[in-house]
Amino acid sequence: MTSTTLPDTASPHVTPGRPALLADSVTLTRRSLAHWRRDPGPLVAALGFDIVMVLMFAYLFGGALRVPGGGDYREFLMPGMFAMTMVFGISLTTLAVSADLDRGVTDRLRSMPVSPLAPLVGRAAADLLFAVLTLAVMLLVGLAVGWRAHGGVGDTVAAFGLILLLRFALVWVGVFLGLVLKGQQAVAGVQTLEFPLGFLSSAFVAPATMPGWLGAVAEWNPLSATVGATRELFGNPGWGGDSWAVQHAPALALIWPVVLVAVFLPLSVRRYRALGR
Amino acid sequence: MTAGGYAIAAEGLRKRYGDTPALDGFDLRVRPGRVCGLLGPNGAGKTTAVRILSTLLRPDAGRAEVAGFDVARRPDQVRHRIGLVGQRAAVDEVLSGHENLVIFGRLCHLGAKRARQRADELLDRFGLADAGGRPVKAYSGGMRRRLDLAAGMILAPAVLFLDEPTTGLDPRSRNEVWEAVRELVRAGTTVLLTTQYLDEADRLADRISVLDGGRVIAEGTPDDLKARLGGDRIDLVVRDAADLAAAGAQLGRVAGGEPEVDPDRRLVSARVEHRAGALTELLRALDAAGVAVEDVALRRPTLDEVFLHLTGRRTETAEEVPA
Repeated sequence: MTSTTLPDTASPHVTPGRPALLADSVTLTRRSLAHWRRDPGPLVAALGFDIVMVLMFAYLFGGALRVPGGGDYREFLMPGMFAMTMVFGISLTTLAVSADLDRGVTDRLRSMPVSPLAPLVGRAAADLLFAVLTLAVMLLVGLAVGWRAHGGVGDTVAAFGLILLLRFALVWVGVFLGLVLKGQQAVAGVQTLEFPLGFLSSAFVAPATMPGWLGAVAEWNPLSATVGATRELFGNPGWGGDSWAVQHAPALALIWPVVLVAVFLPLSVRRYRALGR
Repeated sequence: MTAGGYAIAAEGLRKRYGDTPALDGFDLRVRPGRVCGLLGPNGAGKTTAVRILSTLLRPDAGRAEVAGFDVARRPDQVRHRIGLVGQRAAVDEVLSGHENLVIFGRLCHLGAKRARQRADELLDRFGLADAGGRPVKAYSGGMRRRLDLAAGMILAPAVLFLDEPTTGLDPRSRNEVWEAVRELVRAGTTVLLTTQYLDEADRLADRISVLDGGRVIAEGTPDDLKARLGGDRIDLVVRDAADLAAAGAQLGRVAGGEPEVDPDRRLVSARVEHRAGALTELLRALDAAGVAVEDVALRRPTLDEVFLHLTGRRTETAEEVPA
C-alpha cells in the first residue's frame, strides 16, 4: 500500500470544501437511522411502552375515570397519549447525545471538517423522524381502541402538526440535557423530568381536581396546551375550564414550543461550542 | 509547509481549569514525517495538549500551528489535515466497520462512491477486509483500535494525534496497532503520540518530550534521554534475602551512591560509571563477603528510570481524566 492512492488533502494547493451544514446533517441523520435499523431493540421497547400505556389507560384505569360532559374516555385519552409519547422521546434524544459525548464520537466529529451544528441538527432530524413513526403507530393503536378524529382533514393534520411541533421543541430540551448531564446521571435526570412533565398536565387528570397552585402549573404546562388544542382540533372531549391558559390552548400550543426552541436551541449550541473551553 | 518547517509547533500554551493549571507554558516542535512521543505522569497535561493541538480545546494563552495553520484562528483548515484517535474507540458499535468508515468518509465530504472506495481501501490496509461487514461489537480490542485508526485516516492526514492508542490492549493487539502506525509514518504522516507505556514510546517515537506539571521538562531521542541519566546500571539479585543489606553495601561502595533495593525480587540496583571495572570489583567484593549471587546484569538505563529520575515519579497505569 503506497500513499499515492490516498486523497492528498495535505498538500497546500488543495482548498478543502467548506463545511456543508445540510450535507453533514443528512449524513448524521442517516447514521442514526442506520443505528436503529441495526439495533431496533430500544425503539421497539419505546414503542411497546407507549402501546402498553394506551392499553393500560384504556382498559384498566379507563373504567374508573369519568370524562366531564359524559364523553367517551378513549376519545378523551388519545390526544393526551399522542403528546405524552412525544414527552417520552426526550430521553431517547438525551441518551443519544450523551452516548456520543461519552464514547468520544463528538470529539472525533469536532476534530473533523464537519459543520459544527450538523451533529445537533442531525440528531433533531432523526428524532423527529422517529416521532413521526411513533405517531403513526399510536394513530393505529388509537383507531384500534375506538378513538376517532371528528374534525376535518385540515384540522386533523394541524393537530398532528402541533404534536410534532411539541416534539421538535422537546428535542432541544433533550439535546441540552444530553450535553449537560453525564452518563447514567443523564438517564435518571431526564426520566425524572418526563414523568412530572407528563402527568402534571391535563393529559389524564383534570387540573381542577388538583390543589390550586398545582392545578395552575398543570394548566400552564406546555403539554396541556398541546393536548387541549389537539382535543379541539380532533373534536374529542376535554376538561374545559375558564383559566386564560385553558381558553387559549391553541395559541399556547404554538407559543410554548417556539419559546422552548428559542431558549433551548441557543443554549444547546452554546453548550456545544463551550465543549472547546 | 509551516513556519520553520515544523508539522507541529506549539509555543507557550497555557490552559487552566479553575485554579488548576493543566498546561503551563507548553512548547513543542515536531518535524514532518516524525513520531513524537509525549510522556508524563497523570495530570501532566498530555491529553490537554493533544486536545488543544487537535482544535478541540482553546488555549488560554500561547499559540500553536498544526500542518501550517493556527489552531485557534484557522481550526477549519487544521481539521482538514489532521486525524485524531482518542483514548476511547469513537466508532459505532452496532454498525459494521465498513458502515462506520463510509459515514466518516461522507463527513469528510467524499462523494458516496469515493467514500465506499476509501472504506474498502482502509479496511484492506488495516487488515479488516474480512471483518468489514460485521458489526464492530463483534470485533476484538485490537481490531476496534485499528478501525479507529482507519477512521482517523480517511483524509490521509498530514498530522495524526494518537492519545494512548494501545491502552488496555493485549500485546498482540498492541503490535498490530504499532505496525499500522509505522506504516502511516512511512507514508509521510507526522504522529504525536501520548502513551503511558515507555516501551511504546521507545519503539515508535523518534523524539520524546517528557511532560510534567504542564510543561516539557526534557526532550530528545530515547537514547539522548537515557544518556542524560548517565552511565549504565548494575542489577544484582542475591540468592538469600538475608544478604540484601550486605550486597547493597558493596554495590553502594562500588557505585559511589545509595543503591535502590527491591526486597521482593531480592534485587539491588545502582548506576555505575565504569562499566566493566565496576562489575569485576563488585563480584570480587561480594565473593569475599560470602554473598551468593543468583544473577547479575550490566545494562543501559530504561526509559522508566529516566522518567523516574526526571519527574520523581514512576509511570502510572491509570491515566488522567480527559477534560
